[in-house]
Amino acid sequence: MLSIKNLTVEVDGKEILKNLSLEVGSGEVHAIMGPNGSGKSTLANVLAGRDGYEVTGGSITYLGKDLTELKIEDRAGEGLFLAFQYPVEIPGVSNIAMLKAAVNSLQKYRGEEELSAGEFLKLIKEKAAMVEMKQAFLQRSVNEGFSGGEKKRNEILQMAMLEPTLAVLDETDSGLDIDALKVVASGVNALRSPERSMIIVTHYQRLLDYIQPDFVHVLAEGNIVKTGDRTLALELEERGYSWIEQQVAKG
Amino acid sequence: MSESTQELDALVHREYQEGFVTDIESDTLPPGLNEDVIREISRRKNEPEFMLEWRLEAYRKWLDMPEPNWAHINYSKINFQDISYFSAPKNPDDGPESLDEVDPRLLETYAKLGIPLDEQKVLAGVKGANIAVDAVFDSVSVRTTFREKLAEAGVIFCPISEALQDHPELIKKYLGSVVPQADNYYACLNSAVFSDGSFVYIPKGVRCPMELSTYFRINEMNTGQFERTLIIAEEGAYVSYLEGCTAPMRDENQLHAAVVELVAMEGAEIKYSTVQNWYPGDEYGRGGIYNFVTKRGACRGDRAKISWTQVETGSAITWKYPSVILYGDDSVGEFYSVALTHNMQQADTGTKMIHIGKNTSSTIISKGISAGRGQNTYRGQVKILRGADGARNYSQCDSLLMGDQCGAHTFPYVEVQNKTATLEHEASTSKISEDQLFYLRQRGLSEESAVSMIVNGFCKAVFRELPMEFAVEAQKLMDVSLEGAVG
Ligand SMILES: Nc1ncnc2c1ncn2[C@@H]1O[C@H](COP(=O)(O)OP(=O)(O)OP(=O)(O)O)[C@@H](O)[C@H]1O
Ligand SMILES: [Mg+2]
Repeated sequence: MLSIKNLTVEVDGKEILKNLSLEVGSGEVHAIMGPNGSGKSTLANVLAGRDGYEVTGGSITYLGKDLTELKIEDRAGEGLFLAFQYPVEIPGVSNIAMLKAAVNSLQKYRGEEELSAGEFLKLIKEKAAMVEMKQAFLQRSVNEGFSGGEKKRNEILQMAMLEPTLAVLDETDSGLDIDALKVVASGVNALRSPERSMIIVTHYQRLLDYIQPDFVHVLAEGNIVKTGDRTLALELEERGYSWIEQQVAKG
Repeated sequence: MSESTQELDALVHREYQEGFVTDIESDTLPPGLNEDVIREISRRKNEPEFMLEWRLEAYRKWLDMPEPNWAHINYSKINFQDISYFSAPKNPDDGPESLDEVDPRLLETYAKLGIPLDEQKVLAGVKGANIAVDAVFDSVSVRTTFREKLAEAGVIFCPISEALQDHPELIKKYLGSVVPQADNYYACLNSAVFSDGSFVYIPKGVRCPMELSTYFRINEMNTGQFERTLIIAEEGAYVSYLEGCTAPMRDENQLHAAVVELVAMEGAEIKYSTVQNWYPGDEYGRGGIYNFVTKRGACRGDRAKISWTQVETGSAITWKYPSVILYGDDSVGEFYSVALTHNMQQADTGTKMIHIGKNTSSTIISKGISAGRGQNTYRGQVKILRGADGARNYSQCDSLLMGDQCGAHTFPYVEVQNKTATLEHEASTSKISEDQLFYLRQRGLSEESAVSMIVNGFCKAVFRELPMEFAVEAQKLMDVSLEGAVG
């Protein structure tokens, strides 16, 4: 589904990702862990096509297409979804209006009919219930005045509504209480399917208790330095990152 | 980032959709201004003698007044002798009795603008819009709909030229009572040469059964439009009124100098909404309407309320400060404004709230959007007089900048003579953030839709004050104004 080969990315002339490669197959869940500043969010932003992230080497192929050729919104149209580490506030725009526009933009991109008001309402009610979000949140401005945890929950609601093919979750678990964590995890699990892949960026192994990844990668200084199964996450929790960095240094 | 600045810059390039000219035979006075011209206007309108005297008095005052140049705007001076002060479509002498008598090309013009002059069509309309319309074409009113229905409720809604014939006592009593002749240069000129406009009278205790609206259209070249609107709501009455305006695209600037006066008696409420879409000129600043307007309301009784809501997207230059004088105790004044300037447009707009009565309160919400090389100025004054115990004002002025060649300026003036008054002022200036754009585009919205959504969100606090149908219209207008943005 996603094939990243020898990817090098610069931000403001500074090389952040260096020669990074990653293969994500259909239905797979990959966890990416790594110290602060190692480039996890950079990877997420590059995949989503954010301005200012310049690919200076390597390639990203997604569903057989060169992802770097596509506009931000077209990547979304192709089923790529990014749950933001820091969801953005949009004053005066209600959550529900934004979601309606988003759903219908994707429908349009795919050459499908827009949802009727009734269909849309039915869908959003169902999904809001799934992430245990009160109806009142739908009428509020996007993320405005939401608590940290509510913002993250809102990201999962959006993901559930947009039903992506590849979802990238950037620290969606950070700042969540235990109950919220479970809600987010069950939201994610509900979306797991053989056609849908996920990249989950996290600092905490506890999320991986709920969402069991197929692979765990360690990103350090712009490159994936170790890949394992979920036991790697447990080991990282116990021992931190320094032992890996030492291993890497030794070569 | 410069790339996206360019994109935003491109965003403001759009076509003015109402820029067509109607090819219609008209009866236009030659350019120039003197007492004879004023006599001729008055004669053609068959006005009572007192009106002519009033006009001439205003004209003589105007001759002695200096042209103002204090607003934060630049423009080439107007030569008042180059303007024609009266233009009317050639028409049967007496106004049209039915639609059949209205020139079909005129009807077509208004149809193009989406304004229903056919009551049957309005009644059958999909939206089921409950709106009576007065259509003013250049200097005259061409059609007022639903007059009979309104008359049943005791509401008078007609061209002011007609009110002069049928209700001279009301005109005599109220005209110039809120905006005196010599109030300012353009109001004074208007008092001398005003052509037409709407007159509304809501009797005591009557809630006007439908929205009233006036659509102004400048068609002729080198004509000025000087309309005059007068709305009176007697004790306990209520009315919601909307004006909309458009003009053809022309390379020359055209002058629009209107005066609107509102009078609200005890417990009365007037809601006045404007969607102003005069031709803004091209991207080099050629052409466009000079929109120099005086709008003021007086809350003459206790618990009276006047709300101004305006969406200003057109005109080369806008210069207007819809104001409220709060005489009555517990009276309320509101001002909700969205002003969008792009290309070379300039807007200097705001409000004055004058608190005289006790426990009077006022709210000011101003949203300025600048794009291209547009310049947007908020200029507001809150004045609390000595006797206004317990007066309150809340002001919020937000500016949104698109690109880096535009400007936003805020001049809030406050004068407080009573210690018990409370005033709150908030102001912000922001740019459409890269983060917001990225977020929405990541969800699948095109850059254009994302910008439109953010801008509409920014304007939300004002749009929600508009009557429903017009809120939709205003939102569309914003979209159109920002169309073609992304390239
Ligand atoms: N505009 C920029 N200019 C220079 N350096 C930048 C810029 N943006 C990001 N960086 C740097 O790139 C590196 C990677 O940042 P990134 O946000 O991808 O880290 P992260 O792995 O997501 O960290 P965290 O775990 O703290 O979220 C950091 O050192 C950061 O300072
Ligand atoms: Mg990060």
